[in-house]
Amino acid sequence: MAEKTLMKGNEALAEAAIRSGCKCFFGYPITPQTEISAYLSKRMPKVGGTFLQAESEVAAINMVYGCASSGIRCMTSSSSPGISLKTEGISYIAGADLPCVIINVQRGGPGLGGIQPSQSDYWQVTHALGHGDFHALVYAPASVQEMADYVSKAFDMADKYRMPAVILADGLLGQMMEPVCFPDTEIKMSDASNKPWATNGHGHKRPHNIVNSLYLKPDQLEDIVRDRFERYEEVKANHSEAVVDYCDDADVVVVAYGSTARLAKSAVEQARKQGIKVGIVRPVTLWPFPVQQIKDACKNAKKVLVVEMSMGQMIDDVKLAIECSKPVHFYGRTGGVIPKPAEILAEIKKLGGNL
Amino acid sequence: MTKEMLLAGFGGQGILFMGKVLAYIGLYDDKQVSWLPSYGPEMRGGTCNCSVCISDDPIGSPLVDEPDTLIVMNQPSFDKFIDKVVPGGIAIIDSALISSKCERTDITCFYVPATALANENDLKGMANIILTGKLIKETGIASIETVRETMKKVIPPRKANLLEANMKAIEIGMAQ
Repeated sequence: MAEKTLMKGNEALAEAAIRSGCKCFFGYPITPQTEISAYLSKRMPKVGGTFLQAESEVAAINMVYGCASSGIRCMTSSSSPGISLKTEGISYIAGADLPCVIINVQRGGPGLGGIQPSQSDYWQVTHALGHGDFHALVYAPASVQEMADYVSKAFDMADKYRMPAVILADGLLGQMMEPVCFPDTEIKMSDASNKPWATNGHGHKRPHNIVNSLYLKPDQLEDIVRDRFERYEEVKANHSEAVVDYCDDADVVVVAYGSTARLAKSAVEQARKQGIKVGIVRPVTLWPFPVQQIKDACKNAKKVLVVEMSMGQMIDDVKLAIECSKPVHFYGRTGGVIPKPAEILAEIKKLGGNL
Repeated sequence: MTKEMLLAGFGGQGILFMGKVLAYIGLYDDKQVSWLPSYGPEMRGGTCNCSVCISDDPIGSPLVDEPDTLIVMNQPSFDKFIDKVVPGGIAIIDSALISSKCERTDITCFYVPATALANENDLKGMANIILTGKLIKETGIASIETVRETMKKVIPPRKANLLEANMKAIEIGMAQ
């Protein structure tokens, strides 16, 4: 077992990206994710990769577009307002079926908002990360260790399904330090040998590849979009993830993701000690959404409580998952305010004591 | 059991470093630990605080709102946080920088003129470590050997020559 070391979530994620074979990083600074850039600016040249601070977020995502076309593993990162700027490029990347990893260390919004942690980009990342019919894989880590683990998974899954993958973190996870350990494996090689579509030079040995998202004939574009959605069905069927705790006999089931899930879990454990039958489901993938896991976990529950650091964005997906079969309540803080476990406990008690 | 510590002062006093030392002490003991800075837009100056949790169980909230152990290194932080300490908790106060006295009787306060002690002992800038020494003495969270091992890890290689000075600061703190 490798040695545990204390790292910020942002730094752990950056180190894990390197170990996952990320060879190019294009970014533009914004609080609270700048440590990712700072770390990679030092580390990337040492592994023969490229770190580039672009002139803007838009430039950075388009550099990712170009780099991903050549089959090289690449990444960009930003925080909420910066992600909004990148959405045009993300749509093009999805439209060209290219793999890449995008990090969003969320802060309060809308507009420039604030710089404290938030989860108010859920709608954007799961439903509208740019124009057009497309999805991105979305992972929501809940610890510094998971910041590292899921960036690695995101690269693998992005390559496998030729689609962008997003790590949806927040300022709390980015800024906090926790013990993290990295597997003692070699840094993965990043080459395009298993990417026959890559535009990486062919020496006249094969027909040339074209990377493109423009299709002027409606029939052709429809076919391409339909093909892509068939791939999405495969992802939905096989790759949704959730962590379920204490749900078997639960009257109340809490649903929360990311850093809010760890706050909610503390509250759930305190409530259990007080004799309240409460469980928790944590969606780890936000797309694909863990519909079946939530449905199963809520099977015996009388009430559901969704907790988010937003005004309530995931709650609709939870209602759909359980087909509105029982009441779904909401508790949230927003604007950069982190809910306290005691506040969540009070909400649980309100529901649990009133069945 | 969870220890919830809050460290507060001005940017530049080494608040975050002090938190890192304490978090590494927990890690050395194979405990669950978390370290969370309050972050603002400014690079230096301004008030600064840092939450550190050391626990036997996985840590839910890394944000310490009601500390059982408080270290304060400036007047605004004293005013802001002294009433947040849980009953039975302790507060360690740099009395060279804070003139107020705590009126609460349900917590234990230790007044250590750390900044003055640092200057007198040729340890300028290490008031934070002196206060850390006092915290270690009063909480018993680590032995001096553990602290030495931790310091070796926490002090960056380019400042390795400062290990002995840091250990001296710890010892001065423990003697208070």
